[in-house]
Amino acid sequence: MTATVVDRPRAGIRALAGRVGLLGGLALALLVAVVLAAGHGQLDIPASEVLGSILHKIGLDIGPLPTHPQGEATLWDVRFPRVVMAALAGACLATAGALMQGVFGNPLAEPGVVGVSAGAAVAAATVIVFGWTFAGTWTVAICAFLGGLVTTTLVYLMSRDGGRTEVVTLVLTGIAVNAVASAGLAFLMFLGDTQAREEIVFWQLGSLNGSRWQYVAVVAPMAAVGLTAALLLAPRLDLLALGDRAARHVGVDVERLRMATIVVVAVLTAAAVAFCGIISFVGLVVPHLVRLLAGPGHRLLVPASALGGAVLLVLADLWARTLIAYADLPIGMLTALVGGPFFFWLIRRARRTAGGWA
Amino acid sequence: MTGFSARDLSVVYDGHPVLDGVDLDIRAGELVVLVGPNGAGKSTLLGVLAGDITPTTGRIVLADRELHAWSARDLARHRAVQLQKQGLAFGFRVREVVRMGRSPWHRTDREDDDDRVVEESMARADVAELGERLFPTLSGGEQARTSFARLLAQQTPVLLLDEPTAALDIRHQESLLAVAREAAEAGAAVVVVLHDLSLAAAYADRICVLSHGRVRADGPPAAVLTGELLSEVYAHPVDVIEHDGNLVVVPVRVRTQTPKEAPWSAV
Repeated sequence: MTATVVDRPRAGIRALAGRVGLLGGLALALLVAVVLAAGHGQLDIPASEVLGSILHKIGLDIGPLPTHPQGEATLWDVRFPRVVMAALAGACLATAGALMQGVFGNPLAEPGVVGVSAGAAVAAATVIVFGWTFAGTWTVAICAFLGGLVTTTLVYLMSRDGGRTEVVTLVLTGIAVNAVASAGLAFLMFLGDTQAREEIVFWQLGSLNGSRWQYVAVVAPMAAVGLTAALLLAPRLDLLALGDRAARHVGVDVERLRMATIVVVAVLTAAAVAFCGIISFVGLVVPHLVRLLAGPGHRLLVPASALGGAVLLVLADLWARTLIAYADLPIGMLTALVGGPFFFWLIRRARRTAGGWA
Repeated sequence: MTGFSARDLSVVYDGHPVLDGVDLDIRAGELVVLVGPNGAGKSTLLGVLAGDITPTTGRIVLADRELHAWSARDLARHRAVQLQKQGLAFGFRVREVVRMGRSPWHRTDREDDDDRVVEESMARADVAELGERLFPTLSGGEQARTSFARLLAQQTPVLLLDEPTAALDIRHQESLLAVAREAAEAGAAVVVVLHDLSLAAAYADRICVLSHGRVRADGPPAAVLTGELLSEVYAHPVDVIEHDGNLVVVPVRVRTQTPKEAPWSAV
């Protein structure tokens, strides 16, 4: 007993060190990934010049500027908006995944798998086909948010029974929602002209090609709001793991927490989907890897997933545009290529360790 | 008064009455055991007391305030519940699960006691050794003891337990009820649903026998646990005998002198 009392503060310090270490490590990885991704492409710019260019931009005259005449313009007009967009979308998707898994009490919940991304994409595609512009560049984002909100609520209502979400029900609900959403997308493609059709195809595949600062200006505030709200909700999500009744017994207003989380998931998914299309499995893979490293506590899971998602998507996008010279592969295709088998592995593992989660 | 006062509680599911006109008072410092056959309404009554189930009719007052007027957080500072089935969606460690019981006291002065209370609760529920184990990998009995530790960590004046001993071995059955007994002696109002009538006789101040959703009997163990009443309620002959000053409830087993050949052995 005395030993445990003595050990407690030390264990606390170790836990804190682990937290800081993981988040610090991921932040550093994000910085490295951003510099690396911004430097690579058809025109290679050394990392030192990328860093120098950033430092000069924020008023510090340190480090070399890009030597290539087009260097500075390439960085600031093409690369940075794209890299920042990748980081934002990755952070939003991974965080939305972590939140959904917490709220459903089920590690297979993910915006792409359960069809929330598809719902948001249908709404966004409607905007393109009918050429709505009632809110300027925000129109797509607002409609994607509403589409995401409606689908998340639907999935939640349809897949819950007696305060629990069974894996099978959740996955089947996802199939149904995805089927209806792809029918909606197909119908919109049928309605639209050639240009709208091309845009919708790009949506379905998911791509960061053509990211511009004006889009980043829409996504960034949504991501900021969504991520802040996610961090505030995180501590209470742990208690939902006990199940609805037991969570209520320890003082959680379960319905309110759920509704708040669903709105936040819709904001985050819409932020990612509005200009980047459907990039699936990020919300599945990242929180899962974080849980393997740091356990299931949401206080650490949510921020670590946000950073990890950003790193993953920045690197995946770098891979997508440099894998084949002069070709820009759709990033959604790449994440699905890796995420699909991972999802399968998760299901296999879940079957073996039945009872670990349901 | 910290206890419950329930009047004329009825719960109807699909036109089928599960509870029917139940009156029950539970006072501070008292350990009340709910017993009765399957489907008698024990868990439903506990669910109503916990605030999970809204009764179809009747009113229920906890500490001089209507139960439905309590906020989730206030209620969590006043009563703790251990459910029959423990579940956990993710692989939290036992110590983390027990610490979840402290969440109602988050951002209050009592938060400072968290570490001490968690360790003490784990010791009292005999899960101190399991602190770093993952909850989903524990046995059913160990999970039940962890949930009991979480309930103790909540430090509430009202404790509600639904069949807490169902998965426990004899030693842990006894120690769990002894801890519940101590809590009652320290002033808590404790309600426990039990199937084991001998266990109920040993630890209860009062036993409330439910049958078909009604209170069939309510009083001290010696008054309630009679062969006549139990045989009627359980529709099976039951003997109550005294052993070493304890009431022991045993079913009467009828053995025929020449056992007939069992139908399945003919195959």
